[in-house]
Amino acid sequence: MTRVIRLRVNGAAHDVEVPTYRTLLDCLRNDLGLTGSKEGCGVGVCGACTVLLDGKMISSCIALAVFADGREVTTVEGLAEDERLHPVQQAFMDAGGFQCGICTPGQVVAAKALLDTTPHPSDAEIREWMLGNLCRCTGYYKIVESIQAAAQQNRS
Amino acid sequence: MNAFEYRAPRALDEALAILQEFGDDARAIAGGTALVTMMRQRLVRPGCLVSLRDIPGLDGIEATNGVVRLGALVTHREAELSPWLGERLPVLADTFRRVGTVRIRHMATVGGALAHADPNQDPPVTLLALDARVDIRRAGGRRELALGEFFRDYYETALEPGELVACITVPLLPASSGASYVKFLPRTADDYATVAVAATVTLEPDGERCREGRIALGSVAPTPLRARAAEALLAGERLDERLLRAAGEAARGAVDPLTDHRGSAAYKREMTLVMVGRALTQAWDAARRAVRIPR
Repeated sequence: MTRVIRLRVNGAAHDVEVPTYRTLLDCLRNDLGLTGSKEGCGVGVCGACTVLLDGKMISSCIALAVFADGREVTTVEGLAEDERLHPVQQAFMDAGGFQCGICTPGQVVAAKALLDTTPHPSDAEIREWMLGNLCRCTGYYKIVESIQAAAQQNRS
Repeated sequence: MNAFEYRAPRALDEALAILQEFGDDARAIAGGTALVTMMRQRLVRPGCLVSLRDIPGLDGIEATNGVVRLGALVTHREAELSPWLGERLPVLADTFRRVGTVRIRHMATVGGALAHADPNQDPPVTLLALDARVDIRRAGGRRELALGEFFRDYYETALEPGELVACITVPLLPASSGASYVKFLPRTADDYATVAVAATVTLEPDGERCREGRIALGSVAPTPLRARAAEALLAGERLDERLLRAAGEAARGAVDPLTDHRGSAAYKREMTLVMVGRALTQAWDAARRAVRIPR
């Protein structure tokens, strides 16, 4: 039981034949080769699989690929423009917003989504928005600092 | 996950016909946050999923004659951010905001939260305290149930094969009323509650004594439930320590919690008493503010 779905991923259109049970995460990783999004918990809790669906952040590990049919998906691969990193990515590097890196694609996609709607968030707003993106290394302080640094760039 | 047939009808009648055709083997899917997770864990294995995504008329938040109607496809995030709901039923907007994470709230829907019938969920508790009703459709028919008759057991509802939640209706609170939703979270902010309590308080015109109050409990029984014995103690009374204690004890007598990693059954029973007191106090304070600042 398969279906052909049309996805627009990071600006490019794809027609993909998928089994109905394929998750959006598996479709991105296995069918489209976009392995930036990670599977952590597999039950929508850890945030490693965070992508944007029509601009709204979701857990792609518990979204069916068929649910995204006809929609726009943004993954971590879609953040940089040409060779220039997205300000959030640059800020995570400059401020040390990661250590092992497994959660980082989800963190930066979530942070980008926050700054899209709230360009100058308070620390409390950052922590509430990001509470579903688990990180076992940084203790979160550096992540909040990174997002504030990216927001500062919005200001300048 | 098991293989399944996937249908994406574009009209409600079409969806109801498919649900009728597949009967027990079909499940309706909206955001899928609950259903896909259960399918991934092989707790449910439907032969057919009927997507509600493309069906018009199941979305929107509307108000008529003192009743607000939330379409089954309204997402938690939409409910949370609805300016109308924030103004007229802030307790409900706040309850949706307390669910999981923003990622989940972008996907999870009002109807899905009911059909999933996990007693640990937040919205059913507040909806129960607000006397909400569920509008249920099936091919060629519809019925309406009080939310208290809708939940039957852990993950079990009154929905028959072929039936679908179309919308939920919630009466607005009378003047001089306040409401609250409190959730005890000893672990993380996106966790299920150890104990959750929603309360409403409507004051007499004097603004001092309670005319009517309602209390609903979550995470402490196979379904969310009303603490009716506790409610019965409120009418005509003033809020004081003695009343809070009596209401808390009555509510504690109504619960049947499970021991799990969020607390032992005995602890949850004691915390029911504590949280009922906090919920009533907050609802009472909100009602007092409403008396001072009438709409």
